[in-house]
Amino acid sequence: MKKVAIVGYAQHPILENAGALNEVELIMPVVHQLFDELGISQNNIDFTCSGSCDYLQGAAFAFVEGLSAIQTNPPIKESHVEMDAAWAMYESMLKIQMGDADTALIYGFGKSSPGRLDSIISLQMDPYYISPLWPDRVSLAAIQARVLLEKNIIAPEQMISAVIEARTNSKNNKNALVTELVDKEAYLASEKISSPLNEFDCPPISDGSSAMIIASEEKANEFTDHPIIIEGIDHRIESSNIGSRDLSKPSGILASIEQLKLEKIKFDVAELHTQFSHEVPYLQSVLNLSDVPTNLSGGPLVGNVMMCAGLDAIGKTYEALKSNDLTNGLAHASSGPCLQHNMLVHLEKKS
Amino acid sequence: MSDQKDLLRAPFELAYNYKRSSGPLMSKFFDALADQKILGTKSSTGKVYAPAAEFDPETHESLSDLVEVGPGGVIESFSWIEEPKHHHLIKNPFAFALIKLDGADTSMLHMVTECDEADLKIGSRVTANWSATMENRITDIEFFTLEK
Repeated sequence: MKKVAIVGYAQHPILENAGALNEVELIMPVVHQLFDELGISQNNIDFTCSGSCDYLQGAAFAFVEGLSAIQTNPPIKESHVEMDAAWAMYESMLKIQMGDADTALIYGFGKSSPGRLDSIISLQMDPYYISPLWPDRVSLAAIQARVLLEKNIIAPEQMISAVIEARTNSKNNKNALVTELVDKEAYLASEKISSPLNEFDCPPISDGSSAMIIASEEKANEFTDHPIIIEGIDHRIESSNIGSRDLSKPSGILASIEQLKLEKIKFDVAELHTQFSHEVPYLQSVLNLSDVPTNLSGGPLVGNVMMCAGLDAIGKTYEALKSNDLTNGLAHASSGPCLQHNMLVHLEKKS
Repeated sequence: MSDQKDLLRAPFELAYNYKRSSGPLMSKFFDALADQKILGTKSSTGKVYAPAAEFDPETHESLSDLVEVGPGGVIESFSWIEEPKHHHLIKNPFAFALIKLDGADTSMLHMVTECDEADLKIGSRVTANWSATMENRITDIEFFTLEK
């Protein structure tokens, strides 16, 4: 199978409220930053794919407007996923492996500030049994947190550590939204939003965008001497019937681990799309990352742009490999309630 | 000012205002709610999915064998909301809970109220409370309360 490499990644500073900046104005700077870095233009891109959520903008086909951020004349080949842009990267990778493209531009964008994210996300779920109850994303996450705590798979102290570490690590991430440090006392004094989760356990409402360029290995060698190859990638989804899932056993992730033979790889760094504090120790344990530096960027707890944060995990892993003497990185992207749909990406820097 | 007659007008509602069909299986589930009955579906392995599932996510078979479950059940997990937000249907403190109804092997997401957080734990028994207005929706079960 043709190998595919990441050759560029750019992230907009994550904003609490982008105000009058519209989606196009959020996307343009990151796309052009990448073009400038690589010395190319849209004419050098064979395939363009974006990830966003029309529910956030509140109109069908709202994502089409995002294309105003890039040059579409002469006509381009493009696609969109109503998902995190990590899945736009997956589609683009397939396009390259099929031989239809040598280069691909991926971008994701999301403005959560104008609406009420909790109720909007409720609308995305099963419209018969679940949406009419208006379960918010925090309450569903809290249901999984309680299962994990009750079964002693994670401990409350690990959730506190995840919050404290995310804030501490935010200093490594110039685009982080939340940089204020927090201590155990402040955490414990915080009011519960949906018990057992308090406000520190939850990601901030965030606006922003990210972009990435990937290329066939051959083409990537024209851009860099040390391409960062997508050595393995796998994604699995569990049932949309949340009550039929075992929330303490991530069957999809476990199948991906086996498929990618991850137990044989010594990872140097990992970035996880962990939106809630309890997901950090849970996935660290599932993915056997106890000795692996994880979420050095702070992760989604310090900035969580909807439809971007998964691509950001891949992008931050790429950046860590690129700027350090590291070889293997693991990135994780997620979608749906209680880690329903997960993607694992093994990145390797070639020497 | 131009003549009002010259203006083309169209109503616009910012919403996903389409209707859905419940389909052959789920429509039976919703019809049964009118009789205050909750239905599940049994797969060839004997596993009962409730609320009624159209297919078995493990064996991928279509399901059509309907069985009555509940109205009592056990809380498998829950989250407690002390201060409900605008979109929540219950305005008093309540829980979202996964409830394994008697006779079922999987859980149903619903709400539990008329209690305090300290009254609830995984394993607590609850029972369905029916809405005064039946609309063939999951909300025909208004919420669950602790079994007396």
